Amino acid sequence: MSGKVKLHYFNGRGRMETIRWLLAGAGVEFEEYFFETREELIKLQQSGVLLFQQVPLVEIDGMKMVQTRAILNYIAAKHNLYGKDLKERVLIDMYVEATMDLNDLIMRHPMQPPEGREKNLALIVDKATNRYFPAYEKVLKDHGQDYLVGNQFSRADVQVLETILMMEEMKPDILAKFPLLQGFKARISNIPTIKKFLQPGSQRKSKIEEKMVPQVMKIFYG
Amino acid sequence: MAGKPKLYYFDGRGKMESVRWLLAAAGVEFEEELLETREQYEKLLQDGALMFQQVPMVEIDGMKLVQTRAILNYLAATHNLYGRDLKERALIDMYVEGTTDLMQLILMFPFLSAEDKEKQHALIVQKATNRYFPAYEKVLRDHGQDYLVGNQFSWADIHLFEAILMVEEKKCDVLSEFPQLQMFKARISNMPRIKKFLEPGSQRKPIPDDKYVETVRRVLQMYYNVKASV
Repeated sequence: MSGKVKLHYFNGRGRMETIRWLLAGAGVEFEEYFFETREELIKLQQSGVLLFQQVPLVEIDGMKMVQTRAILNYIAAKHNLYGKDLKERVLIDMYVEATMDLNDLIMRHPMQPPEGREKNLALIVDKATNRYFPAYEKVLKDHGQDYLVGNQFSRADVQVLETILMMEEMKPDILAKFPLLQGFKARISNIPTIKKFLQPGSQRKSKIEEKMVPQVMKIFYG
Repeated sequence: MAGKPKLYYFDGRGKMESVRWLLAAAGVEFEEELLETREQYEKLLQDGALMFQQVPMVEIDGMKLVQTRAILNYLAATHNLYGRDLKERALIDMYVEGTTDLMQLILMFPFLSAEDKEKQHALIVQKATNRYFPAYEKVLRDHGQDYLVGNQFSWADIHLFEAILMVEEKKCDVLSEFPQLQMFKARISNMPRIKKFLEPGSQRKPIPDDKYVETVRRVLQMYYNVKASV
């Protein structure tokens, strides 16, 4: 008997947020254990449950899973959000890998020293506007369907929506030149499980406050 | 009609090397277009061949695949190197992500400043010895089988083998405290396709040198030094 899915992380987005999105999108309930201090993380590391002494850690189906992509792949496959065959899966993989590249830049942005932040923001906006969003816009344009892959809701839709929303937090009009992505955003946001996750009170985490960054860095790096 | 897969990358390891290993282990012959000039790269961009303007790119089964993990996942799945079910796949994914993180430290090495290189070298050895190798040693010790997952050769074995060889290039006796990994390495080395790939004249690429770094910088116009990862 599997029991509820349990997430172990700090109370913030980081690398766990995409997992929260995917679980929510799949309609899977989950519990969360937050660690607040470095000591708590160290305790977790010493307990031997972390294969590589790192979080995210997700307890699911009797496994203690680590490594974000392994966790996402498992959840997606289990909940039929990974395409119907290998060709759809490879498209999904291409699209989500790119969102994860962009998410990484977004995640690291608050860690930039203040003097580099403006330049870094410009770089991220440039990549979203000139590299990633045009690619997704073209995908939607070419097939004219509602979802990115196989005319069916998949993890690609969830992850691209997540990235769009995070980019909008950085630059509200980021989708100005992407009409199809605007339509996509509206459609996916209206899917009942996603809509629920977007409401206040859900387990979706807020963007980290700048003043919290040193504290979070201390938890992970001492 | 399939045709041989064609790899588009620089004449060096980088992110494409894991793809070469996987193809070799699966016994799949492949062609390579080696990027030497900015013009070649710009032509690929203009032709719309690179979905996110990046390489690696692999032409296979009528597709132009980008994003290393997408390529590797596809190749593993199509060649039965991805486990028999979701749980085996989950284990393979966890293990492969670990070796990816380890190899990433080595991958960025040639692009670091001289000062950062020394620190990075120490970091690679430390992480291999204290974080990654102990995990794989334990996996092998706990189940006592020849392969990491499901008593069957998989992508996880190929990837770990590649990682071991790369770390040994940094510190040749790095496996001294890992007897299971030593035996694992010997076993995998002896597999016919692996053995063949290890021989001179194969498509395996050598340790990156200055010429490789120069080529990458020139083709991508990437003239800054990569910062060592936290």
